[in-house]
Amino acid sequence: MSARETAANILIVALLTAIPLAAIVLDEPFYLTLATRIVILALAATGLNIALGLGGLVSFGHAAFFGLGGYVAGILASHALNMEPLVFGLPATQSMPVIALVAIAVAALVALPIGAISLRTSGVYFIMITLAFAQMIYYFAVSWPAYGGEDGLPMALRNAFPLVNTAKPLPFFLVCLAVLAAALVLFRLIRGSRFGAALQVGRQNPTRLAAVGISPFGIRLAAFVISAMVAALAGVLFANLNRFASPSMLSWQMSGELIVLIVLGGKDRLLGPLAGAMLYVFFEYTLGGLTERWQFFLGLILLGVMLFARGGLLGILAGRTRHG
Amino acid sequence: MAEPVLEIRDLRKSFGALKATDGVSLDLRPGEIHALIGPNGAGKSTLIHQICGSIPPDSGTIRFLGRDMAGIGMAGRAGLGLGRSFQVSSLAQEFSALRNVMLAVQARQGSSFRFFRSVMGDRALTDPARAMLERVGLSARADVPAASLSHGERRQLEIAVALALEPKIFLLDEPMAGMGPEGSKNLTKFLDGLRREAPILLVEHDMDAVFALADRVSVLVYGRVIATGSVDDIRRDAAVRSAYLGDAV
Repeated sequence: MSARETAANILIVALLTAIPLAAIVLDEPFYLTLATRIVILALAATGLNIALGLGGLVSFGHAAFFGLGGYVAGILASHALNMEPLVFGLPATQSMPVIALVAIAVAALVALPIGAISLRTSGVYFIMITLAFAQMIYYFAVSWPAYGGEDGLPMALRNAFPLVNTAKPLPFFLVCLAVLAAALVLFRLIRGSRFGAALQVGRQNPTRLAAVGISPFGIRLAAFVISAMVAALAGVLFANLNRFASPSMLSWQMSGELIVLIVLGGKDRLLGPLAGAMLYVFFEYTLGGLTERWQFFLGLILLGVMLFARGGLLGILAGRTRHG
Repeated sequence: MAEPVLEIRDLRKSFGALKATDGVSLDLRPGEIHALIGPNGAGKSTLIHQICGSIPPDSGTIRFLGRDMAGIGMAGRAGLGLGRSFQVSSLAQEFSALRNVMLAVQARQGSSFRFFRSVMGDRALTDPARAMLERVGLSARADVPAASLSHGERRQLEIAVALALEPKIFLLDEPMAGMGPEGSKNLTKFLDGLRREAPILLVEHDMDAVFALADRVSVLVYGRVIATGSVDDIRRDAAVRSAYLGDAV
């Protein structure tokens, strides 16, 4: 990493920590909600970035995993609250760590077949087939009245976390921040590992990868599944933040939003998704306060990024990507 | 005579009416350099693709180390020991020369599902990779991204990557293409030594190199092998002269 990128990363982390401080000093708890939203979106996008940034796999269906995480949180918590056992008499739970593990396992089980089928294709076909799978799950959720159908599934309480009062904004923010930090460490380790080397060569030149004897399929499938697991974890936190598992978490707009975050921030960068999430929520808050049609202006900004700053915000701040 | 390492029998591949490979039989024996020459459009690339596993043949067999290659993909064949260099350089452009070679070392060690340990501090990868760069004379350029290497350096890097796989055979597709006379001469000398490690199937347009290196030469014209023999046989062969070499030789 160049010295400039390190400086840019420090700036981004400093900005992120400034928001909760401002919230406390100005007594504006809403800022803390915004900061939490940034952190959770950044977490989901960091997950997607394993597939998209490192592997070049433009999944247009990661909302499926994000939403699955949300529904796992909502469903388990509502069963626990109503003292109803789950299927096969399994007890439900309110414990966030347990729910997170269940969500990660469910996402892995769903991502495995979706990835195995989608990765038979590439390019536009891959984008479309991941979208199609996500839409199937979306319509399934919308048409399943037991868990709210179109109305979504409200959560009376946030899930419980040992030793932390998740009902309060600051502790909940810190939990989310810790999870994001862990995901960033994971991203960085993967990027520098043997697996990461194969994954990145698969993006740069799949023929080269096959010519040294590594089949791109297995590498990409593993990346797709890991990426889905991280997105599901973000979904658990997102449903907890809003106390609501919404079908919109599963929608294609959500998938698009995650891609937009990465493109805005800078793909293939450690903190690209975080920078993108900060920018996105900032626009959503400021432009969204001025006009309901703020996404029109977001579109213009995206256009600018695509034409003049392919590296996104981090590309502008840190200069060109360099690879060891 | 020793068993051939690579044995191609009656291979056929058509694209519509065009018979790109029309009953090719060919073999590669231990320790030899077998050159494959032929005019443009003779079907050399199609043949290479079938050997590597990127195009399936219509009929015929390819046996590598005694094993039928039908149904084995490109990665599988590379894993069995088929090392190749490409006609048009095919490298991980954003990665440094060293990391390109490290990937091959990693593939040979069969260990790509390691998620956490950093490769850059892993001497099991970096040491052999540096040794390969040293062998092809690219040590000084180890940290330069492949995209920034000169054309000739990329050809050298391709060879280093193929070497790092420690393959059972080398399949070199026009390794001299685009090299200056000095580069070709150095590479010719290098390949001459390489045949002791593994036999080479060499597709090459540079006739000086072919005649200097080849133990045997096969001439491919319109998808058929019209002659196979020693360099002298090929020089004397009337059919080859009229079809390909013309009066220049």
